[in-house]
Amino acid sequence: MTTDFWQRLHRQRVPLLWWTSRRTYLLFVVRELTSVAVVWFVVYLLLLVRSVGAGPGDYERFLDWSAQPWMVVLNALALALAIVHTITWFMVTPQAMVLKVRGRRVPGVALAGALYVAWFAVSAVILLLVLA
Amino acid sequence: MKEITLRVFRYRPEAEAEPTFQEYAVPLRDDWAVLDALNYVKEEIDPTLSYRWSCRMGICGSCGMTVNGDPKLSCGTFLVDHAPGPITVEPLRNFPVIRDLVIEMTDFMQKLGAVQPWIIRDESDDDPDTELLQTPSEMDDYKRYSMCINCMLCYSACPVYGLDSKFIGPAAIALAQRYNLDSRDEGQEERLDVLSEDEGVWGCTFVGECTRACPKGVDPAGAIQRAKLIAANEAVKAFLLPRWVR
Repeated sequence: MTTDFWQRLHRQRVPLLWWTSRRTYLLFVVRELTSVAVVWFVVYLLLLVRSVGAGPGDYERFLDWSAQPWMVVLNALALALAIVHTITWFMVTPQAMVLKVRGRRVPGVALAGALYVAWFAVSAVILLLVLA
Repeated sequence: MKEITLRVFRYRPEAEAEPTFQEYAVPLRDDWAVLDALNYVKEEIDPTLSYRWSCRMGICGSCGMTVNGDPKLSCGTFLVDHAPGPITVEPLRNFPVIRDLVIEMTDFMQKLGAVQPWIIRDESDDDPDTELLQTPSEMDDYKRYSMCINCMLCYSACPVYGLDSKFIGPAAIALAQRYNLDSRDEGQEERLDVLSEDEGVWGCTFVGECTRACPKGVDPAGAIQRAKLIAANEAVKAFLLPRWVR
């Protein structure tokens, strides 16, 4: 349903590069694109599991493949992007999640802080397992 | 008296096929908002200029416009903050333009009605002489969302709505949440039918620009994410639990 003037309305078009028109739009698109790095780490983990399952020979080949300079650069870049992805989502989590304790809303800083603590704790456990 | 230039979007469908910009020199007064300058233009320079306004104090939500690229209430956007100018004034983005700065808002009004922004309640068991009391904490749950003045700045800021006008949009969802979170309301299930559609909460990609644009601090982006949690919870319950347990 529209007004009687519908045929004469001027329709504003969204520019093709709309996401470059504002810094916040650009940051949003960057946040979304960094999810590709998370996907890459899932694929990498699956390849690792497959090579472990296939035996010591395959596992050695996987390690050699991973030690190539381009793979190290790719993984370092993916790690940086995954960290950006994590931090940007931690930043917006308090907006989406309302947690109440004894009838009072937990402050956003405390909620985001708990996420960082959990992140560092899990990372420390994994690091210990790897180093051990 | 110093002057500042307003560069105003003009669209006169009876005379022009495409919009143009027209410049007006207006007095640069410390206490003048963009709306005051537009009223000066209308009264002193060009009576053909069309725009909506009413209260002049950020309550009615009528005077939303795009000022220097940002969605703003023109009554709360002061000339001195944009000096030396020029100040570009355009209609709200993402809406069809009827004339000059006047947008077509039927789409928003239909979406607003679809979420039933009023208290839904079976009153048959209510005692008409007894108030439905709320604790301050219960009121805090929805108060922020109740500040919405339907100014549509959030729709203008939202790229998702700009790209797909089927998206029900930030203010409608925030107002649905305002009633969903009200302890007196029983209409969450009815609203969920609208909110849980593809064009409902799931259309939102959490850009967050609606919250930044809101002149009343409503936080529609937060409301949408909270509505997503409710919709997801209900979907899981509907899948796993028999109806009598839900």
